[in-house]
Amino acid sequence: MASAHTAPLGLAAESRPPVAAAPPMPDVLPPVKPRRGLVGFVYRHPTMAIGGFLLLVMIFIAVFAPLLWTVDPTALAPARRTREPSLEHWFGTDMLGRDVYSRVMYGARVSLIVGFAVAILSSVIGLAIGLVSGFIRVADGIIMRIMDGLMSIPPILLAIALMALTRGSVQNVIIAITIAEIPRVSRLVRGVVLSLREQPYVEAAVAAGTRTPMIILRHILPNTLAPITVQATYICASAMIVEAILSFIGAGTPPIIPSWGNIMAEGRALWQVKPYIVFFPALFLSITVLAVNLLGDGLRDALDPRMAKRL
Amino acid sequence: MSRPILEVKDLKKHFPIHGGFFGGVTGHVYAVDGVSFDIARGETLSLVGESGCGKSTVGKAILRLFPITAGQVVLDGTRIDDMPAGRLRPLRRRIQVVFQDPFSSLNPRMRVRDILAEPIRNFGLAKGKDEMEERVAALMDKVRLPRDAVGRWPHEFSGGQRQRIGIARALAAEPDIIICDEAVSALDVSVKAQIVNLLQDLQKELGLAMLFISHDLAIVEHMTHRVAVMYLGKIVEVAPKRELFAAPKHPYTEALLSAVPVPEPGAQRQRIILKGDVPSPINPPKGCRFHTRCPYAFDRCRVEEPPLRPLEAGHLAACHLHDRPAAENPLAGARGGALLPA
Repeated sequence: MASAHTAPLGLAAESRPPVAAAPPMPDVLPPVKPRRGLVGFVYRHPTMAIGGFLLLVMIFIAVFAPLLWTVDPTALAPARRTREPSLEHWFGTDMLGRDVYSRVMYGARVSLIVGFAVAILSSVIGLAIGLVSGFIRVADGIIMRIMDGLMSIPPILLAIALMALTRGSVQNVIIAITIAEIPRVSRLVRGVVLSLREQPYVEAAVAAGTRTPMIILRHILPNTLAPITVQATYICASAMIVEAILSFIGAGTPPIIPSWGNIMAEGRALWQVKPYIVFFPALFLSITVLAVNLLGDGLRDALDPRMAKRL
Repeated sequence: MSRPILEVKDLKKHFPIHGGFFGGVTGHVYAVDGVSFDIARGETLSLVGESGCGKSTVGKAILRLFPITAGQVVLDGTRIDDMPAGRLRPLRRRIQVVFQDPFSSLNPRMRVRDILAEPIRNFGLAKGKDEMEERVAALMDKVRLPRDAVGRWPHEFSGGQRQRIGIARALAAEPDIIICDEAVSALDVSVKAQIVNLLQDLQKELGLAMLFISHDLAIVEHMTHRVAVMYLGKIVEVAPKRELFAAPKHPYTEALLSAVPVPEPGAQRQRIILKGDVPSPINPPKGCRFHTRCPYAFDRCRVEEPPLRPLEAGHLAACHLHDRPAAENPLAGARGGALLPA
């Protein structure tokens, strides 16, 4: 590169006064060392790394709850009720003498199961509904008006109403929250499908004789997965919160199964004198929701087509 | 001349405008409103006109990406515009398309091999995996891309290379006619020249007919055999390239030609500046559609729509001026604005 500057053009050499050659360019930019592996990933996607790490910790807790120095979370011990946090009871005990630490560890199971199940179910169902209404114009009007109707009810109210129709169980909580979340996914998918249908590569595929099912499978579906994945993480976070709210007001997980929501509900009456009963499940819920949201933000940045080169 | 490979007869495409509370039809966009032309085997017909005049709609209507409102599209003697989708599918092989935007015309989640294999597989042009590989490799050779690039993703290519992949995909179906919808407009000048030359070579080699939709008259002059000029959903003039560029018979063509830059510093053609904007295709003007902007418009133009009629052999124009005596017709005879040496 330097030689281009030091060798003047023949024209300049004969007719014009010699021009001082530009000094060779210093290496201002340090050589870029591509970072690979785990370090590189953390370096490039810090939000995704932090969120993913926290979420992995929570999954670890949920899976290995019995091994993490816990006792039976439902074992009553009226003699030792409302103990302050101590070496024996790390997070104290509640008003029935149950170990709050054990209950919080086991409670992670409910939150994560509900979060993941709702995210997966509502994404799959919403994807199907969105594809149908994006491709079949007659169905579109009807489906979208139904979705509008569902969306006009706040998801928490809708979930409460659905829970009122049935008895409390983790399974019913999942179904209720899924129904409340489906409209958001199907709207998103429909929008993406409508814009993808007009893409020249889809038109070229039509001109190339590809049948509609193959168009959907090969050209539409793969291109909806990135936005859906991102949306699924947000739904997961929101489902965990809704589950906690339902359990808190007694419309969700039955009290026999410890969940962060119903631990908080049980501690509510005592929160001014024994705040730790509410504090610890709330802290874990917040960390988990934060982790999922960070993961979603990271995924959104990483899957953005404008940043495709970074992948 | 034998039977034309493609005939378009009085093609109309009106897009409904939905509005109001119940989404009823409140009007129509008269995007294409009675367009007729034909293309012979191995011939290039250019469709030119400013943005929004309906050029691309004509292309998409021929490809039947949407149903047309009226008219006929006849491919090699077979009417295809009213054919059921199942019967049309095998015929789609014969009409292929190259789009303007090299970035959105390739599926970002398919490798080049799969993009090229799709039409081959759909039309059953290869038996077995080996023949498929062979065909894909041959297509890469045809568009002068390295064979080993078939395993790459579209985003790894430049705009010009992507356009070559788009052309290869069109060729994969072994078509008789290719619709180039502004196929080189998005490319920069040097790449544009390469793609234009590639298209011309392929046309000679494979005897392809081409409908070259463009707004770039300089490229059109280089590429084409005949030119059709569109204005507001109608064809106003059709002529072989030399006649059209040397002696336009429609005032709109004349104005378009005067806007082509002269590739010589300092030189300036006498520009005809059209006043006003293109009227809305929702509510096109009565009479001649061009009368609102025509420098020569007279009373008859405002009430009566001129038909597209032959003036010389192969030279059609839609203008009332040619009914007037030659002395009063500013378009009579050869005029300035010629781009070609005579």
